[in-house]
Amino acid sequence: MPKLNRERRHAITFRLNGREVTAEAEGRMLLTDVLRHVVGATGTHVGCEHGVCGACTVQLDGEPVRACLMLAAQAEGADIRTVEGLEPAAGELSPLQAAFREHFALQCGFCTAGILMSLDALLTREPDASEEAIREHLSGHLCRCTGYAPIVKAALAAQARMKEETPENA
Amino acid sequence: MKPAPFDYVRAETLDEALDALSQAGDEARVIAGGQSLVPMLNMRLARPSVLVDITRLAELKRIEERKGSIVIGAGVRQVELERWAPLAKLLPLVNAMMPWVGHAQTRARGTICGSLAHADPSAELPLALLALQGRVHLRSRRKARVLPASDFFMGMMATAVAPGEMIEAVSFPVHAMGTGTAFHEVARRHGDFAIVACAAIARPDGRNRLAIGGVADTPQVTELPSPSDDGFDDALNEFAWALNARDDLHASARYRRDLVRKLGRRTVEEAIQCRS
Repeated sequence: MPKLNRERRHAITFRLNGREVTAEAEGRMLLTDVLRHVVGATGTHVGCEHGVCGACTVQLDGEPVRACLMLAAQAEGADIRTVEGLEPAAGELSPLQAAFREHFALQCGFCTAGILMSLDALLTREPDASEEAIREHLSGHLCRCTGYAPIVKAALAAQARMKEETPENA
Repeated sequence: MKPAPFDYVRAETLDEALDALSQAGDEARVIAGGQSLVPMLNMRLARPSVLVDITRLAELKRIEERKGSIVIGAGVRQVELERWAPLAKLLPLVNAMMPWVGHAQTRARGTICGSLAHADPSAELPLALLALQGRVHLRSRRKARVLPASDFFMGMMATAVAPGEMIEAVSFPVHAMGTGTAFHEVARRHGDFAIVACAAIARPDGRNRLAIGGVADTPQVTELPSPSDDGFDDALNEFAWALNARDDLHASARYRRDLVRKLGRRTVEEAIQCRS
């Protein structure tokens, strides 16, 4: 039975955006802090640190989760995807990212990484997600710039684009 | 906003988890999805010296029908129950409440039993447990016991779980034929803490059960006659006052009582309408 003693750091191994990483962390470290301070993947933002704002949302085995509400030790063996993993190729935006840019779905951008990871998970799992479902998913995020309407528009536009790219009988 | 240091134990069998809990006594906390516990750790409202992680225990990840009840293991995540196909038929009230439990992003990790262990007065799952007269299955190294919802919740964020003990599962009785259920909630924002949450069960004999969350320190339940009876409004009003609502940042006590009366009536009426 693995025991992580509080006095020292321990190796934690997980997949990050398709690549295996091993990070040295104390048992009490949050996934956000290991991603940002140990691994150096600073795309995931840290807002409230108690699960309310949604800025730190990442995908864990395909599901959107709060990285600030998860001990890094609990991610041992997990498959984690962060905003750095959204680009289909270097310098190229995913349909969702491109739609955010086209529809001015961000201003300061602090909340954006988390929102992208939530919506990407939703649109992958439910390609026909309703606007209501999109809004329900957005209720797990705080954005103080946009008023959310451009984000909903961008999500719907991205959904339409993603459907064009993957015809139903493909 | 970082947890205080603790030893972390990743249990690989239930016995290992129970041993670790019994050794550490009240210094230990169980962690599963962590969606209630990690905020408490981050804010240092909880400072356990040992965390026992039960998420790897396959035997706790089951949802099964057993003797007329749905038994949900302590490792079952909220999203798993939400997507469990028979839920709408077997536990329609829980099915109606699931979308109100936190947000999609917290349901993806949070467990059913974890929400019960946290016992937030405005949480939906404790309300469901009380409304449906479900039972909590507790286990320690020495013994197992089963508690009805009414004996499980002791106060605000306080439960009957003893040091060395953990929740192994929760069970809800399967929806009975001829019974109707309904749920309504008022919150500032979808997924926020309930200002008032109402769950109603209408039985074939014309009696109704109304459970209210978000007002008193624990969810509360009452039996009510038919809404068309003269005594209904008085009984509901008496219940609304008995909840001892308090003013807080989110709503005044008076507003909460008013919600209990209006939303309570509407929820009972809807439960009656959907009796099948």
